Amino acid sequence: MLNGTISHWRKQLTSGSISPTELVEEIARSMEERNPAINAYLSWDKEAALAAAAQADLSKPLGGIPIAIKDNIAMLGQPTRCASRMLESFVSPYDATAVTRLTAAGAIPFGRTNMDEFAMGSYGQNSAFGETQNPAAPGHVPGGSSSGSAAAVAGGMAIAALGSDTGGSIRQPASHCGVVGIKPTYGRVSRYGLVAFASSLDQIGPITQNVEDAATILNAICGHDAKDSTSSTEATEDFTAGIGKDIKGLRIGLPKEYLSSGNSPEVAAALQQSVQKLTELGAEIVEISLPHAEAVVAAYYIIACAEASSNLSRFDGIRYGYRAAGTNGLDDLYSKTRETGFGPEVKRRIILGTYVLSSGFYDAYYAKAQKVRSLVAGDFAAAFNQVDLILGPVAPTSAPRLHDDSMTPLQTYLADIYTIPANLAGLPGISIPCPVAEGQHPVGIQLLAPHFAETRLLQAAAALEKAFS
Amino acid sequence: MEQNNLIDVAYIARLAKLELTAEETARFSEDLNQVLAYVAQLDQWDTTGVEPMYHPLPVFDAMREDTPGTSLSNEAALSNAPAQEDGQFRVPKVVESAH
Repeated sequence: MLNGTISHWRKQLTSGSISPTELVEEIARSMEERNPAINAYLSWDKEAALAAAAQADLSKPLGGIPIAIKDNIAMLGQPTRCASRMLESFVSPYDATAVTRLTAAGAIPFGRTNMDEFAMGSYGQNSAFGETQNPAAPGHVPGGSSSGSAAAVAGGMAIAALGSDTGGSIRQPASHCGVVGIKPTYGRVSRYGLVAFASSLDQIGPITQNVEDAATILNAICGHDAKDSTSSTEATEDFTAGIGKDIKGLRIGLPKEYLSSGNSPEVAAALQQSVQKLTELGAEIVEISLPHAEAVVAAYYIIACAEASSNLSRFDGIRYGYRAAGTNGLDDLYSKTRETGFGPEVKRRIILGTYVLSSGFYDAYYAKAQKVRSLVAGDFAAAFNQVDLILGPVAPTSAPRLHDDSMTPLQTYLADIYTIPANLAGLPGISIPCPVAEGQHPVGIQLLAPHFAETRLLQAAAALEKAFS
Repeated sequence: MEQNNLIDVAYIARLAKLELTAEETARFSEDLNQVLAYVAQLDQWDTTGVEPMYHPLPVFDAMREDTPGTSLSNEAALSNAPAQEDGQFRVPKVVESAH
């Protein structure tokens, strides 16, 4: 098992205690040994990583550090399958901008991590290539949709990884696996090369072992990109700048709507513990209200599925990916390809999205949801007039059991209630692990910040992380 | 639990170009009726005069200079095509030949 953060391995590399080639070998050994039981990776290319390691420039901020990449983020010459039969034989002819930037910062993209198909799912169970296990909670789900990225980092098979977050898909698996995950402000990281699920919600971000590593990766991947017109022109900054600084006087809001009786005892305890630590650190906890907190799941599933039904129309068996055999005419080719290429959850969401966009229902569902989204964003704008950050749970419970068939799709959607708001409003959010009793499963805590306030968010998260350790 | 049928899954599947099995149609019907009954709660929020928020940041009409750049080669663009011929995607015949 591989231990050590990015900063640990950077020291080892620059002092010459280990070479980039040896580090790749070490990670490959971990993958070979541990992946058969965890299924965090769908594929990896050791030869390509070794070739990159031989050329590694250790003077760069991520020089020689291998980083695992979620299967929906394009990687030149590597499978980019979104854990779907639809893209089973797809090999990307280009790199996503986030991957290009990691490489420019000296990192070695290494390994394609498992996920819920097309990033649709909260449990890592919707992969066409087998479910991922939670290395920190055997018999329980790793969370999703960035299931493999979180499990690889938690399971000692990756130093760090990239994931994507549309409704919590970085923060929630990070919470369930006991690692750190941040969704940056919408537009901070280019979506070029991220296979689109819901374009107004999707954002790439890191999953790491600690807060400092998350900041180091953000330094590499953030910034405007001409290839994504929705990427922000806001100046980037050194996101590590606040790490190690105190948080005396910081005002942290605790939404009264988040103290629900639906939270499990361990989640309630984690919240209480965080309030106590933050107070000890000199922060001021302020009770706030997010009046539309209850509306977010309904608004999100309408908007996300509507955007998905449109985005996934490109998978038609013509230009790339799977094409059903033995079809009769174009329409039959489309329908049979999509029927056999997509898994059940993807089809369910395409149907819901098509329905809410269809003639006669558009205003009642889609337009209404977008208006409610405005109200949700307004709640946060008002709250951030009062406070600097907002504290809350990541999920109402720790990781649910594997194969709990008693859960309906609606029940699984409802568990996204605390992570969805950041996507609807475009805010940055981070999940960091809370200390738990021996034998207990990981539980994370979430901090949210105003748009583009990642430095402040990471400063507070690092202070809390240190207080927890 | 008995629920009103809010969605005709078979019809929507045709719009979405999905050829569902009978079992899937029945299952999605049950699942999605439950979801739609839940999302009906949006009606309780008064949105009179509220602008819909189609994008999380105020980015409008992002334009750039129309300058030629490099793009994927023909070969790379076709590299994942399920069928190709003469540097083009090969598709089933969509127009009947005239007799």
